[in-house]
Amino acid sequence: MTETPRKLGTTDEEWAGNGELLPELVAHLRENRTALRQEWATRITDAHLLSSMTAKEVFSEATSVYDNYVEVLETGSVEALQHYARDLSERIIPRGVETHEVVGIVLLLRDVLARSLFEKYHRDFSLLNRVLDAYEPAANRIANTVAVSFVEERERVIRQQQDAILELSTPVLQVRERLLILPIIGVLDTQRARQLTEQLLRGIRDHRAKVVVIDITGVPDVDEGVANSLVQTVDASRLMGAEVIITGLSSTIAQILVTIGVDLNKMRTVGDLQGGIEEAERQLGFKVTRHHDAQL
Amino acid sequence: MPSSESLGTAEPLRVSILTQGPYLIASIHTALDDEQLTRFQRNLIDRVGRQRSRGIVIDVSTLDVLDSFGTRTLTDLAQMARLRGAETVIVGINPEVAIAMVQLSLEVSFVHTALDLEEGLARLAEVTGDIHGIAAHHTAPDQ
Repeated sequence: MTETPRKLGTTDEEWAGNGELLPELVAHLRENRTALRQEWATRITDAHLLSSMTAKEVFSEATSVYDNYVEVLETGSVEALQHYARDLSERIIPRGVETHEVVGIVLLLRDVLARSLFEKYHRDFSLLNRVLDAYEPAANRIANTVAVSFVEERERVIRQQQDAILELSTPVLQVRERLLILPIIGVLDTQRARQLTEQLLRGIRDHRAKVVVIDITGVPDVDEGVANSLVQTVDASRLMGAEVIITGLSSTIAQILVTIGVDLNKMRTVGDLQGGIEEAERQLGFKVTRHHDAQL
Repeated sequence: MPSSESLGTAEPLRVSILTQGPYLIASIHTALDDEQLTRFQRNLIDRVGRQRSRGIVIDVSTLDVLDSFGTRTLTDLAQMARLRGAETVIVGINPEVAIAMVQLSLEVSFVHTALDLEEGLARLAEVTGDIHGIAAHHTAPDQ
């Protein structure tokens, strides 16, 4: 699609000014619904748009979009279309439909309809001009609405997923009375580190924890800011009466901590998670014995 | 033994100081200004000597901010208390306060911290080696 929209969106006055030709236009589009819709669906397939959907699905969505499209031309209200576009986006985003495909199909429909108008009115050039004057702003407005709805829906999904990832990525788990573990997996950035601190402190209060084991085996790399906020986490936990043991420091992270000069006296570290939990249990007065050893 | 006392001519402090065996329990009810903090510090240190206290628990759970002056006053207080033979535990620091304090690099040295009053008393029993203390008796056989 090389054609660029002349203007995106129109004011309501423009809409009203071109009002008298629209009913005729709408009637024309209704009359030729079957043919135009078929032509559009064919062109969508030819352009390899919506390749993740079957031909039947494309045709059925095309029908709904077509009818909505004509309705918007008739009523001038994009509300119903907006609603439909959001709905459509919700359905097709999980199937991997891209923004350019959605914009592409709407522009294709615009083109298909414009060509049919051209064919109908090509004998009367000034009438054609006026018809296009009425059609174009409305069509642009529709294209705009659909694209914006799609992008908004996508952003909403992304935000939702981001929240979910953040929420999931820092579980605070109680393994024994007064003992919490916090396994951190994946890249730590400043925002996540801050969120982690808040969640841990809340966990300390809720579980009345005295010892916390933070395992960072799954953290590939930290920068200076994150290392500092890890130290702050340790300090803040101590202010709330809980001791923090950090386990699973990789050689890279150990090197960074030494390089930035973290006060290592304040940080207790144990090689791995098992060692950390054993140390914490010792501190809390737990003694774990194997069953048959105890009997001997 | 007076359980609360007025401090000179100024308005009474919004802090209650209770005696619990060999320990003093001070709970701060509302935010204190600098002058009130100083009076609180003097009052508490005074009582440590008079009552021969072994430890102090300061409950700050109602505070939603602890600034540099407050932190320094508490640190000084703990240091003075130690000179007079008592250990200090601060309890009830909120998550938000804790985060703010570490971000502002406010450090409380000479001070122990614990989650709440119960923990604080247990901590005092631990650091003062007082196994007969009521707090130690109360929390030790927990498991």
